[in-house]
Amino acid sequence: MKSAWEAVAALATGFATTFKHLFRKPITEEYPEYKRPLPERTRAVIILTRDPDGGERCVACYLCSATCPVSCISMQSAEREDGRRYASWFRINFARCIYCGLCEQACPTSAIQLTPYFETCERDILKLVYEKEDLLVDHGGKDNEYNFYKYAGVVTKVGDKGAHIKEAEPVDIKSNLP
Amino acid sequence: MDWIVGFLVLIIKLALVLGGLLLLAAYLVLLERKFLGRLQIRYGPNRAGPFGVLQPLADTIKMLTKEDAVPEAADRVLFLLAPAVVAAEALLIFAVVPFGTSVTLLGKKIPMVITDLNVGLLFVFALASLGVYGVALGGWASNSKYSLLGGIRGAAQMISYELSLGLSLVPIVMLARSFSLVDIVRAQANYPFILVQPVSFTIFFISAMAETKRIPFDLPEAENELGAGYHTEYSGMRFGLFFLGEYVNLQVFGALVAVFFLGGWRGPILPPVVWFLVKILAVSILMIWVRGTLPRLRYDQLMHLGWKVLIPVALLNIVITGAVLLL
Amino acid sequence: MTLYGIIFYILAAVIVIATGLAITRRNLVHAVIYLIISFFGSAMLYFLFGAPLLAALEIIIYAGAIMVLFLFIIMMLRVDPTALRRPSLRHWLPAGILGIIYLAVAALVVITDPGSQATLKTAMARPRALGQFLFQRYWLSVEIISFLLLIALIGALYLARAFLKESREQSEGEL
Repeated sequence: MKSAWEAVAALATGFATTFKHLFRKPITEEYPEYKRPLPERTRAVIILTRDPDGGERCVACYLCSATCPVSCISMQSAEREDGRRYASWFRINFARCIYCGLCEQACPTSAIQLTPYFETCERDILKLVYEKEDLLVDHGGKDNEYNFYKYAGVVTKVGDKGAHIKEAEPVDIKSNLP
Repeated sequence: MDWIVGFLVLIIKLALVLGGLLLLAAYLVLLERKFLGRLQIRYGPNRAGPFGVLQPLADTIKMLTKEDAVPEAADRVLFLLAPAVVAAEALLIFAVVPFGTSVTLLGKKIPMVITDLNVGLLFVFALASLGVYGVALGGWASNSKYSLLGGIRGAAQMISYELSLGLSLVPIVMLARSFSLVDIVRAQANYPFILVQPVSFTIFFISAMAETKRIPFDLPEAENELGAGYHTEYSGMRFGLFFLGEYVNLQVFGALVAVFFLGGWRGPILPPVVWFLVKILAVSILMIWVRGTLPRLRYDQLMHLGWKVLIPVALLNIVITGAVLLL
Repeated sequence: MTLYGIIFYILAAVIVIATGLAITRRNLVHAVIYLIISFFGSAMLYFLFGAPLLAALEIIIYAGAIMVLFLFIIMMLRVDPTALRRPSLRHWLPAGILGIIYLAVAALVVITDPGSQATLKTAMARPRALGQFLFQRYWLSVEIISFLLLIALIGALYLARAFLKESREQSEGEL
């Protein structure tokens, strides 16, 4: 008998709780009217950034394309006259992209980056295939200071051997002979 | 001539009832989603039209334009027929439900019921028991494990609770001395039967929720263990028919609770049809509130409740009512 | 032929065809469904003869409960229809002979009985009349049948208890 009474009391508590909820203001955030500020490192649409001097960072090394689990990145590498590599075309199929961020991690030049912008809905799925012009932006993204060619030991106009940041002078191996 | 007029009146009544039922079913979906939302401190649908009033329309268009896929290994004919069985049995029950007193129109008396069958209550049960086939065959014909499990659970649950559903109404028949729903409403002229039969009302209400497969009795479609149960493989308007059947069933049991326990269309001031609608909606809201509060029963709890609690209590209730009536 | 006559023959044809299909289907679920259609036909016949109570009970009990149990068991067992053996002539023969005898007797009754030539007339039995008929005139048979059902119920309970005990002992033995 006591347990029956307890069961009824438990039921009544449950119904009272939900009844009280009826008069509470809903805690829903209504999306298009209120857009919740997303953290800087949220993973959504991918961009190609530029270095502080305004040059393209991407060196078309294919690492992002290789690491992409759904193979949504494709490009063609080319070389400028000064020996600097670049992508002659660069394409990301956002209809396929899963926004995992592996390309960003693989990128040695911080060129490919994910941004918090996610509202890319389209009726025509082919409109989600972004070309290089659509991807390229005029800033350095999350890593504004980094300039790959100032660090890398590659001979370009930026610097000869040994002229890069954190790089020692090249060693003349012949002078080391005993 | 008289024959043609009678036929025309019947067709008009059928059209009105069918249209009303489908419209109310569509808006019951909206009501349920809104009310459930508020119970869970959210808004519910509010995008399609002001306060989401066009949501049912949007849902209907969506379901009609979706692909009507049939699984390759399915039993095609049964797969296509099962949803129609569910929707049809739910709609047919309203044939015997009285909506109000008779109206006099152009010198002719038109009763506000499609047909006053003298075995109306049994007709209701006959159709309610056929609802099992839609669930069981839909689950079997899909030829998928989840669907089959959902169908088997549905069949077991629905036959178990049909017994207590039927037994809970025996005292009502004893009090009204008739199987006809019109007569049962007439017998409640002085007081609604809920006052003299609260036990019967409780059993009927619980069994009705089990028959409509609503939370806390939604084991046949338990989405976290069976996908969507017996309608896992359905898409488009065939799924829509299952859905429609469910919400028409909600109205059916709302109407039956009103007829058997709340005095049917009786009520002060307002016209009978409005009272009837108010009672249906009140019962529906109560069921939605239950859905928003209680968790799903376990299978053994379900069977325990049905066979070891509700049926014995219903039998006892019949004996006591009989004894009181004889004295 | 009256309208009722036409409806009667249509229903009779539906019942016979559905039952015939029910016993010849290889797929058990289809067989059950044809049997349900046949029950529906019989319920309609009862309704036509003016016994709506009997019609409703036929649907509730046979179509709504017993056939659901059949379906339930078939769905649980998942019998492979191709594995079922076609019954041999030795199985067919007694059934066939009995069927022919039955058909002959039925035809004889229909031809010789003068009542069978009368046209179908509509009647209406109220549930109350049927109840009085059943429980006042034939109360003894009703009681005997209910007693039989009670015995069956107790028997089923006893079998289930014996089975439970056995399985409990078995599980204890395993421990």
